[in-house]
Amino acid sequence: MSHRTALAGGALLLASALALTACSTGGGTDGGDAAACTPSEGKVNLTFTSWLPGIEDAVAIWNDENPDIQVEVQTGPNGNGGTYKNFFNQIEAGNAPDLGQIEYDALPNFRVQDGVVNLADCAGITDAKSKFIDWTWNQVTFGEDNAVYAIPQDIGPEALYYRADLFEAAGLDVPTTWDEYAADAAIIREKGGYITNFSQSDINAFAGLVWQAGGQWFANDGESWDVTLDSAESTKVADYWQGLLDDDLVGTVAPWTDEWNAAYNSGEMWTWVSAVWGANTISSGAPDTTGKWAVAPMPQWTEGESAAGNWGGSTTAVLTGSKHPYEAAQFALWLNSDPDALTAMNKSANIYPATVDGADLPVFADGLDFYGGQKIYDVFADAAKNVNPDFTWGPTMTQTYTDVADGFSGAVSGSGTLLDALKSGQDKTIAALKAAAIPVKG
Amino acid sequence: MSSTVSTRGAARESLLSRSAAMLVMLICAFYFLVPIWWLFVASTKDRSQFTTTNPLWFGDFNLFENIANLATYRDGIFFRWMLNSILYAGAGALLATLFSTMAGYAIAKYAFRGREAAFNIILGGVLVPATALALPLFLLFSQIGATNTFWSVFLPSLVSPFGVYLARIYASSSVPDEIIEAARIDGAGEVRTFFTVATRLMAPAMVTIFLFQFVSIWNNFFLPLIMLRDEELFPVTMGLYVWNTQVSQIPEIRAYVIVGALLSIIPLIIAFLGLQRFWRNGLGAGGLK
Repeated sequence: MSHRTALAGGALLLASALALTACSTGGGTDGGDAAACTPSEGKVNLTFTSWLPGIEDAVAIWNDENPDIQVEVQTGPNGNGGTYKNFFNQIEAGNAPDLGQIEYDALPNFRVQDGVVNLADCAGITDAKSKFIDWTWNQVTFGEDNAVYAIPQDIGPEALYYRADLFEAAGLDVPTTWDEYAADAAIIREKGGYITNFSQSDINAFAGLVWQAGGQWFANDGESWDVTLDSAESTKVADYWQGLLDDDLVGTVAPWTDEWNAAYNSGEMWTWVSAVWGANTISSGAPDTTGKWAVAPMPQWTEGESAAGNWGGSTTAVLTGSKHPYEAAQFALWLNSDPDALTAMNKSANIYPATVDGADLPVFADGLDFYGGQKIYDVFADAAKNVNPDFTWGPTMTQTYTDVADGFSGAVSGSGTLLDALKSGQDKTIAALKAAAIPVKG
Repeated sequence: MSSTVSTRGAARESLLSRSAAMLVMLICAFYFLVPIWWLFVASTKDRSQFTTTNPLWFGDFNLFENIANLATYRDGIFFRWMLNSILYAGAGALLATLFSTMAGYAIAKYAFRGREAAFNIILGGVLVPATALALPLFLLFSQIGATNTFWSVFLPSLVSPFGVYLARIYASSSVPDEIIEAARIDGAGEVRTFFTVATRLMAPAMVTIFLFQFVSIWNNFFLPLIMLRDEELFPVTMGLYVWNTQVSQIPEIRAYVIVGALLSIIPLIIAFLGLQRFWRNGLGAGGLK
């Protein structure tokens, strides 16, 4: 009897001791004393979370050449698939990785929540501006003085992928303006095909179209945000595509599915307005159409212009709480500007670098058989130079994308219009910002 | 005379209701099995045939090449993931069964102050979904620096409030107090009584708890997602999900996801088919008493 009570008493004591220890270490670490960006003493081990397939190859090059700064790669699903949430949880818990992959449209979210370290005080970072295409540098500095929140990694300049054989057989020239595109859509529809498929879920692709048109969805004057999903250019783009949807001139298959691949493989879809990384998507999803595709610049709103949109792209940022921001910044800069690293990342993950010299890498020099031998990367190199430098992303893009995508799905099946979806997305975004106590107009 | 009439009447009625029941079960079976059939057929196809052939029938049979490609992709990480899942779910469910059975047995067979309160609190735990616990567990493990380790997913999986409930019910109904008394009289300690007498009597319930917990750990997605960052530690469900998010960069990976999904359901099928004998006994035996 007493043996049993002694055991029980011991167990209770142990349990409460453990519980108290947990409580007493409460409060976590101090978060980031992102003080001066000074080199650390001795050997430094960095952790880097990225979902880029095969990035270990590029990192291995750095590890070989820098025995005192070793980088360990960690991975997970893509940003919107859970890794951004993990970053925020980890920053709160004090065990975030030193470096994280953050896409351009997610960076304002991290900036607003102080999730990334300002690298401007780290040696060599502000001077690196000249290595990168100008609009990518704006995306990571938000136009602020003496501030660099991430190093641009890759970009997604857009162009028009089209079935050269079908256009030639139909006697059509490649459309150079959106008006020509709409006219061609009608002709192609009569022949039984669709000029393209309208994606109801790739809201960032739609944002790229608005970007090309010179429109803005968000603005920040330093005091508060302005949410303008219904700005004039955005409305113009929405009305244009709504017109094509109403006249059944574009397909409405859900993208990134087997039916979507089948629609391109069978020749039902004649074009795709997409980014440079889409080249691999088409060649993998529509293998029966090899040799029949070509790439041309995006159609323009005004004849003779050469504006391009951008779809996708990531940066490498130093997360708050990193104990070695100096070394992390050096690594990030090397990873995203060294030709060997960029070539390795292109080979394993098919990404297109954000550096000015990136377009001249040998890996982009050859013509591709799938595209009839065309040197498609030349088109994208030009497009990359013609992306509007002033496009601003909002601080809650994941939520905005979801809200707008819900509306787009409705519009595609006939209830509501794309513009309605944008307006409702705008209202929900403003409400979300207010709920998060972020100053917003309206 | 009357008995023949009633049996004939009974036979006719049960034929109709039997047929109706069979029809409903056939429809349900069809509904559940068609996706698995699709998965099997899709795994046998080469990527180029994926969109051009009938989705519910075979094209060229390439299953073994597809499996070989999957096995060599990234140095066979897929089989590492399968091993991880089997460890997390198998070993985790084994230990969870042991702990829940011990707890249920103790609550059923020993009278102590606070017994009902303890049981009610544990029962309240059944209401809390695993996803709600994942983030607090992450913060807790962060404080001791144990995130991104095998234990960060394994330890939380050892807890099964539902198992405690099942074990208690089963222990009170199928382990007679007299047997425990007899064991005490014979000089056996409590622990020895538990392992030699009670577990034998409670075997069907333990298998049921094992299967429940196995499936629950196997399907627990949010905990590994939030805890793990090292590819070597992923369970197969999370690994396939991560691959699926990379499809826009490496379209070929879609084929691996599909073949991987087919292979990943095999352990569950084996577990259920192998243990179903006990499962049926476990669910029914309590009712007989």
